[in-house]
Amino acid sequence: MSLRDRLTSGSFAVTAEISPPRGASTDPIAETAALLRDWVDAVNVTDNQGSNVRLASWAGSLAALQAGLEPVMQMTCRDRNRIALQSDLLGASALGIRNVLVMTGDHPKFGDHPEAKPVFDLDSVQLLWTLRHMRDQGAVLSGRPLKPPPDCFLGAVENPFAPPAQFRAERLGKKVDAGAQFVQTQFVFDVAAFQDWMAQVRDLGLHQKCYILAGVGAVRSRNALDFMRDKVPGVTVPDDVYRRLRAVPPDQTGAEGARLAAEIIQQLRAIDGVAGVHLLVAGNEQAVPGILEEAGVTAGRTDHGR
Amino acid sequence: MTTRPPIPAHPRLGTCLAYQLQRALRPRPSLRWLSARIQASGLAHPLFTKTERLTKDTLFGCRMCGQCALPVTGYVCPMGCPKELRNGPCGGVGADGSCEVYPDMRCVWVEAYERAAGQGRAADLQLLHLPIDHRRWGQSSWLNYWQGRDEELWTDKVGDTGDNVPHRLPVLGGS
Repeated sequence: MSLRDRLTSGSFAVTAEISPPRGASTDPIAETAALLRDWVDAVNVTDNQGSNVRLASWAGSLAALQAGLEPVMQMTCRDRNRIALQSDLLGASALGIRNVLVMTGDHPKFGDHPEAKPVFDLDSVQLLWTLRHMRDQGAVLSGRPLKPPPDCFLGAVENPFAPPAQFRAERLGKKVDAGAQFVQTQFVFDVAAFQDWMAQVRDLGLHQKCYILAGVGAVRSRNALDFMRDKVPGVTVPDDVYRRLRAVPPDQTGAEGARLAAEIIQQLRAIDGVAGVHLLVAGNEQAVPGILEEAGVTAGRTDHGR
Repeated sequence: MTTRPPIPAHPRLGTCLAYQLQRALRPRPSLRWLSARIQASGLAHPLFTKTERLTKDTLFGCRMCGQCALPVTGYVCPMGCPKELRNGPCGGVGADGSCEVYPDMRCVWVEAYERAAGQGRAADLQLLHLPIDHRRWGQSSWLNYWQGRDEELWTDKVGDTGDNVPHRLPVLGGS
């Protein structure tokens, strides 16, 4: 079942994030796809995440597709202008990549080429709008026709926890107006704060116009916990979560992190308007089956006979 | 093109006064006539553009993108955002409202929301800003505004049809 069909059917969807290798081989993606394809509906292939050079997200998406796992190709506005972005959408669609997730992208300052020119020719709202225009109007921004137009299922991201808090649901509304059909959120560690945001989302009726997949992370180690709390832009780790993960011996942080992720998935699933979860586990993909089993969520290729 | 990188700037003009000036200087036939005369003059046009640059740089940290968003952003310049985002903040805003790229500065969109909401203009931030025309860098946006050439910078008319993307902003020569 495709991600779009899963969401349309109303059953709980699961996506996971993988990062392409830093190297000229897609073998690691094929291996990860083999691990995940029975468990998740689709896998996000990141676009030079954290502004670090990696294999192109379209190539990683194609590799996942060929390995039997539906990709969500991530596209950031950081590295390409409107000409390159439109061209890449056509290429992806022609290769069978249907899901596209649009985001602003991290600033180059945070990556391995801080001296690079930040492009940001379009912002994420404008890029969503552009891609929808290409699909629905069959034309590029200049007005020139596309034969045939691309077929795509458009996604956006949102961070429910970043200021200005009163504007975050409205900002999602702008993205929905611009063309977003699904949204994946930043890590949810603070379920109460997420519920506040979801209440605003429901007040605006956005959960009926766009499928909302809540981001869930699985903390692997104490170092990862500290990095996530202090270094990742836009992520908040509440004190009680931090204390809980620090309370276990260091060699059990990963197991406790996975338990916490499963609990959060169960809580999110109970929230009205949440259509699924997005597992932000890049580099820790082997934890996915355990987390989903503990959370009692089935998705992916087989649904495990249940 | 400007050579200065985008850096968040705190506006030096109070929001209330800014909106009063907005009302006083809104486009009308006399200003349209005057701005056309200025634009046509080989001497007045560069002087006027230079004056605009100095004024707006001092007040708002203006970088002269030539397609001014200030009237609908609480008079906080979105081109000071290191990602030059014109449709609201990125997801990396710090919990204290700081910019992720320049942590000592406040996010321009956090400030824009506060200033606009403080004057009952929070709805301005829901407008969709269209992609900018990079040929306009260095031009006077006041002359463009008074002559009605800024009307397609943003819109609230976005339905589910996707047919409302203006393909190209009008070409603006120097004359």
